Amino acid sequence: MEILVCVKRVPAPGAKVPLSADSREIDTRHLGFTIGPHEECAVEEAVRLVAGHGGQVTVLAVGPPEAEEQLRYALAMGADRGVLVETGPAELDPEATAAAIAQAVHTVTDGAPPFDLVLFGDSSADAGHYQVGIRVAAELGLPIVGGIKGIEVGDGLRLRREVPDGAELYELPLPAAAAVREGLNLPRYPNLPGRLRARKASLRTIAFEPPVGGLRKLRLRQPADDRAETVLLGQGAAAAPAVVDVLEELGVV
Amino acid sequence: MLLTLIDGQEPAPNVLALAHSLDLPVEAVLHVTSDGADADDADDVAGHLTDELAKQGVATLHLIRHELLAGYAPEAFGEALAQLVAHLRPAAVLAAGTDRGTEIMAHAAARARLPLATNCVAVTGGDPWLLTRARGGGMLLEEAELTAPVKLATVAQGAAAPADAQAVDNCAVREFVPELLPELARTRVVERTAGRGGITLATAPVIVSGGRGVGSAEGYAVLEELAALLGGAVGCSRVATNNGWRPHSDQVGLTGTKVAPDLYIACGISGATQHWVGCTDSKAILAVNTDPEAPMVARATYAVIGDVHEVLPAVVAEIRARSS
Repeated sequence: MEILVCVKRVPAPGAKVPLSADSREIDTRHLGFTIGPHEECAVEEAVRLVAGHGGQVTVLAVGPPEAEEQLRYALAMGADRGVLVETGPAELDPEATAAAIAQAVHTVTDGAPPFDLVLFGDSSADAGHYQVGIRVAAELGLPIVGGIKGIEVGDGLRLRREVPDGAELYELPLPAAAAVREGLNLPRYPNLPGRLRARKASLRTIAFEPPVGGLRKLRLRQPADDRAETVLLGQGAAAAPAVVDVLEELGVV
Repeated sequence: MLLTLIDGQEPAPNVLALAHSLDLPVEAVLHVTSDGADADDADDVAGHLTDELAKQGVATLHLIRHELLAGYAPEAFGEALAQLVAHLRPAAVLAAGTDRGTEIMAHAAARARLPLATNCVAVTGGDPWLLTRARGGGMLLEEAELTAPVKLATVAQGAAAPADAQAVDNCAVREFVPELLPELARTRVVERTAGRGGITLATAPVIVSGGRGVGSAEGYAVLEELAALLGGAVGCSRVATNNGWRPHSDQVGLTGTKVAPDLYIACGISGATQHWVGCTDSKAILAVNTDPEAPMVARATYAVIGDVHEVLPAVVAEIRARSS
C-alpha cells in the first residue's frame, strides 16, 4: 500500500515562546525544530502499516528549505521517500498550505501509483488551524476523519476516535485520508542504520508559489498572565500540614 | 445576518455571546435527519431549542434536513452547511471550537472555498474582520485579518462570557433540504461505544499529575493513593507517556487532555508550554518540585519545594491522621 504522510517543521518551545522584535513571528534563533507530536505518530503508523501490508511511505513537508531536517527525521524512522514543497520562510494560510499539498500530490503521483492512504496530524503544533487535512482531502476527493487514535486496514479502513462520551468507529473505503492524534502509537526513536540511510537519501523538491489566502496573520502576542505570586508552602515532607491546610481551605479533602 | 451552528441539543453560550457582539441579526442552524423515528426525535429537539433560542435573541432556526444526516457524517454535514451558506449568503457563520464544530466548519469551508479562522477569542466586525485566535492551545495569541464574502470562524472554548441577549417573542423554524450525493455518507459513524464512566480527567475535581520527577511507572502508586483520597484522577505529562509510565489517555497538555479541575497537583512536572496550556484553566495549582526555578513552580498558586516521593507520602499520612 502506498501511504503519504504530511509533516510540518515547527519550533520546539520549552517553557516560553519568545517572539521576534516586530511580533510577527516566533523568535527561533535559540529554538530547535521538530515534527509535531501528532505527525510523528502518523509517520510511525505509516511505517508499521507498510511493514505489515507492503508498499512505501512518502513523507511530504510544505515549508522552507530547512524542513529537509524534519523529512530526514521521518526517513530515519523508516519512511521511504521525502518530498519538500518549497514555499519560503513566511507562514502560509491554511488554504495555501492545502493547495500546495494537493498540487504536490498530483505531481508526485503523475506516472506513479496513487496513494491508498494520506495521513495528517490532527492540527499543526504551532498554528493549530485544524483544517489542512480536510481541505486536501476535499481537493483530492478522498473521505477523511480527524482525531484518529486507532487505524486498522482490511478491505477498507477502520478508524477509531475518542469523543467526550466514549468512542466512534468509522469505516471508509480506500483510498482515504485520516488526521491522527498523539496516543495512536508510541513513535520509535530512529536507530543508527535508519539515520545513516536518511542522511544519504535524496529528497524530491517541488517549487510552489502559494496563493494568497483569506486569513492573514498580523502579529503574535503572549497571553496575559494575571496569576498572583506563588505561595510557598514549605520544603519536603515538613510542608505536609501546610498542604493539607490548603486542601481543606479549597474544600477538596 | 450571522448564522450560528448548533451541534447537540443546546446553543453554545460562548458562540452566541460572540455572535451578538457583532451587531448583526443572529440566526441558528441545526442538522437533522428526515429518516423515520430519528426525524421525530429531531423535531422534539428543535421544539425545545426554539424556546431556548428565542430567550437568547435568536429569531430564526434553520433546520437542514436530509436522510443522510442521521447519526453523524462529517462530510455530509459540511457539504449541507456549505449549501445552506450558498443559499442564505449570511455575513458570517460561527461554531463552537469543539472537535465536531471545527470538523463540520472545515468541511464546509473546504467545499465553499472560503477561509476559516479557528479558535477565535475575540472578533471586531467590519470588512475585513480583525480577530484574535488562540494558537497552540493558547500558548500564543494571533491577531489576524479575515477577508471573505462569508466569514467562517470557530470560537475557542470559554472565550467570551455569556451576553445578556435581548429575548425575542419566538424563534421561527425554516427547513432547508440540501442535495447530497449518497457517496457523502461514506464517512459516517458505524459504531459508538460508551466511555468507562467513573472519574475522568475531564470531570475530576482534583487531578494529581506526575511528570519526569516521578521517576518510574511504579512511582505513580503514591499519586494514585492521593488521588483516591481526594476523589480525584491521576494525570501525567508527555514525558511520562513517552517513557511508557502512563497511558496516553492520562496525558494532560496540548496533545493530550485540556483540564479545568478545582485543584491541579503537578508533581515533578517542569511546566513546558505544551503541558501548561493543558492545565492553565485549573482554579488552583499546587506544584511539587525539587527545582524552585521550574516554570511550573513560578506559575502555580502554591508550591512545595521537594521530592515527590518525600512530599506526597507525608501529605497522605497527614490527611489520614486528620480524618481519624
